[in-house]
Amino acid sequence: MGMTWTVQDLEYWDARIREKVEQFGLDCFAQEFEICDHEQMLGFMAYQGMPSHYPHWSYGKSFEKLKTMYDYGVSGLPYEMVINASPSLAYLMQDNSLCLQVLTIAHVYGHNDFFKNNFMFRDTHPEQAIGQFKLRADRVRSYVEDPSIGRSKVEGVLDAAHALAFNCTRNIALRRLSGEEQRDRALAASQPPHDPYESLHVRVKYEQPDLTRTPLEPEENLLQFIAEHNPYLEDWAKDILHIVHEETQYFVPQIETKIMNEGWASFWHHRIMNSLDLPEDLYLEFLVHHNQVIRPHVGEINPYHLGFRIWHDILRRYDAPTRAEIDKYGQPEKTGMEKIFEVRETDRDASFLRRFLTEELMRDLDIFKFERQNNNVVVTEVADEDHWGSVKASLLRNTGMAALPVIRVVDADHLHHRVLFLEHDHDGRDLQREYLERSLEHLHHLWGRKVMLRSAVRNEPVTYSYDASGLAVVRG
Amino acid sequence: MSDTVFRPYSQSESLRSDRSARDRARHREKVRQAIRENIADIVAEEAIIGQSRDRIIKVPIRGVREFRFIFGDDDGGTGTGDGDTQPGQIIDADNGDQSAAGGPGTQAGVDFYETDITLEELVDIMFEDLELPDMERKKLREVPVESARKRKGFRRVGVRAHLDKKRTAISRIRRMVAHRSADGDDAEFTVEARFPFHRDDLKYRRLVRDLRYQSNAVVLCIMDTSGSMDTMKKYLARSFFFLLYQFVRGRYNNVDVAFIAHDTRAREVTEQEFFSKGESGGTMISSGYDKALEVIRERFHPSLWNIYAFHCSDGDNWPEDNTKALDAAHALCDVCNLFGYGEIKPLNSGYYGESLLQLFDAMDEDNFHALKIEDKEQIWPSFRDFLARERAEEASE
Repeated sequence: MGMTWTVQDLEYWDARIREKVEQFGLDCFAQEFEICDHEQMLGFMAYQGMPSHYPHWSYGKSFEKLKTMYDYGVSGLPYEMVINASPSLAYLMQDNSLCLQVLTIAHVYGHNDFFKNNFMFRDTHPEQAIGQFKLRADRVRSYVEDPSIGRSKVEGVLDAAHALAFNCTRNIALRRLSGEEQRDRALAASQPPHDPYESLHVRVKYEQPDLTRTPLEPEENLLQFIAEHNPYLEDWAKDILHIVHEETQYFVPQIETKIMNEGWASFWHHRIMNSLDLPEDLYLEFLVHHNQVIRPHVGEINPYHLGFRIWHDILRRYDAPTRAEIDKYGQPEKTGMEKIFEVRETDRDASFLRRFLTEELMRDLDIFKFERQNNNVVVTEVADEDHWGSVKASLLRNTGMAALPVIRVVDADHLHHRVLFLEHDHDGRDLQREYLERSLEHLHHLWGRKVMLRSAVRNEPVTYSYDASGLAVVRG
Repeated sequence: MSDTVFRPYSQSESLRSDRSARDRARHREKVRQAIRENIADIVAEEAIIGQSRDRIIKVPIRGVREFRFIFGDDDGGTGTGDGDTQPGQIIDADNGDQSAAGGPGTQAGVDFYETDITLEELVDIMFEDLELPDMERKKLREVPVESARKRKGFRRVGVRAHLDKKRTAISRIRRMVAHRSADGDDAEFTVEARFPFHRDDLKYRRLVRDLRYQSNAVVLCIMDTSGSMDTMKKYLARSFFFLLYQFVRGRYNNVDVAFIAHDTRAREVTEQEFFSKGESGGTMISSGYDKALEVIRERFHPSLWNIYAFHCSDGDNWPEDNTKALDAAHALCDVCNLFGYGEIKPLNSGYYGESLLQLFDAMDEDNFHALKIEDKEQIWPSFRDFLARERAEEASE
């Protein structure tokens, strides 16, 4: 397909879009667009969008998978790919039509604003992101090239690190306490509470907190913990664990705000495109693409669709609430626009859905809960009066990082044998057994000693242990 | 907010997308490695035995999955419907657009864990696993076969039947033109002037003998089909024969198979008959070996054929036959490239009759190998050991 547009066209539309962006009050980083072909796009997608990234076979696998799906037409390529960076970087595919480019540009400014303003991204250091990824890539490559380390050792550590990377803090806005601070906190907590009548009361016996324990508080950053507490790990391996941890922390906010972020960008591209007085042919094409992007996917949750609908619902409920809504939720104190700009700053998917996905909207969207029974997807509950709460709870449990189990280190010197003891915060969902075994194997590889994990199967407590002889299951 | 930057597309940058080349290659290597690691399981699967080489096999690959802690998939999930979904309804999940995928959790479950390969590729990987040196073909017994004559160029003398009329005519015209211009008489070219063929014009086709090397091999499958060989034992034997046949087939031009079934008497049978259940009670192994020697004598002369013989039995033999069997085994070793005996004793078969392995300890020929197969997992390792014998033999030469 020959190019039907020039860079000048893009610049013209970009200028018009930016006029609207400012008028609507979006607050963006400077924006850069890179025009690429589909092969490059696949490359960016496989490497998490990053122009420079350390090598690992899993990205090769991801590339092959994406390419196969693309070649066989199973899935198209995304129109846009935006990196949380400052200046923001986005890719435009050269084969796309002018209308798609204009739509993408408008959509990208939505993401850009979201990255800049949402609280989850405050500590992602967007101004350094791309450079940091490159530096980390260089470090990993230098380990690969170091004759005393080499490709296969690096790969072994990366394999293990990738397996555990998502067992980390979900809310990176919460600062991680240092060992020192944890100690102070434990000491402070052990002090008896202030009691103005202490002369009348029997004195509570002071109990010394156990400060010999490592960690003092359960630790959910597994990679970081191992790097800090396994003295036998070589420096390069510790560095790789930090690298993988840092990269995961960079992506966690995006995982945690997928619905809000895509909804927000779709909300604004829709608004901007409608305000641009597009020529009719562009406008009709825009409607086709827009409806394609925000259509509901039956039996799944399309984050573009859900987010788009919730943002619009908030706007409407604050600007033009119905009688029933005023009775139920009270008279709104803000305008719709004020409210959505506030929410884009203060929320993430979990709170966004909890606070703004109303019973009425759930019914309107026909959200249901299903179970898999012999390859069939069977509806178990719909969002009716009695069940909407439970359907919503189920949706929340499958949103973002909540779809992954929480596992914390509770003791790094269990039974004084340097056994790493972990606990799975069981919320009714059991761990997948094969994945559990192989993940423990990776954990054992990094820790170098026996590891134990307390979990549960059908609410019966189970403890797994993994050492050189493999997996063992201890009841209770 | 500063000016937006548009970086135009540049062809040279498309080279950069090849950064994934190394990671892709490593991934493919891991796929092959995973297949290799599971080869014993795959070989043990009934489905591949006796199939055509083009058959596609789905191979589960454990090595290339990326593991992490995930929930079991019994939980289900939530989705949006088309407006009036009712409890109990079965939904056609909409798998169309996956570009919305982003969360790591939900994707882990639908990882690719199977790959398709043809039996041909599988056999390649299997023999790659054996680490056989490439030069091996040279060693094979090659027989020059004068299959036919083929044309190779032309010559001036020959028998009449090989005369190439067209080339002869062309040759004459060429000479005629050369002759005329040499005379300087290029004005008139009269047809009337006679210009006869000369002996120099005659062109004959030159035929040479076509000497080709043909490597022939025959796989002799000898099996005890007495009543004590049950289905499981036969299945194990069959797997082993399958591997041997595929192995031999990969290395010779022309491969033949013969099936020799024996109880107290031996006969040559078809593949179907070979694996169907026998009735008789007794076993005389020597009968099978004698039959094999007879087949070799009649059809597969050792100077023309590479002979691979393998005998599967459950070790149950009439004691009075043992000496005779041993003699016949020696005779077979003399004519075969490789002769093997596999004793099949499935675990849990509850019956551990006699074993012939001790008897065959007396065999000290290099090309003889006796082994024991207890379950399917052992087929592949046993097969490796069996061929290791041939490999060692070559290395020493």
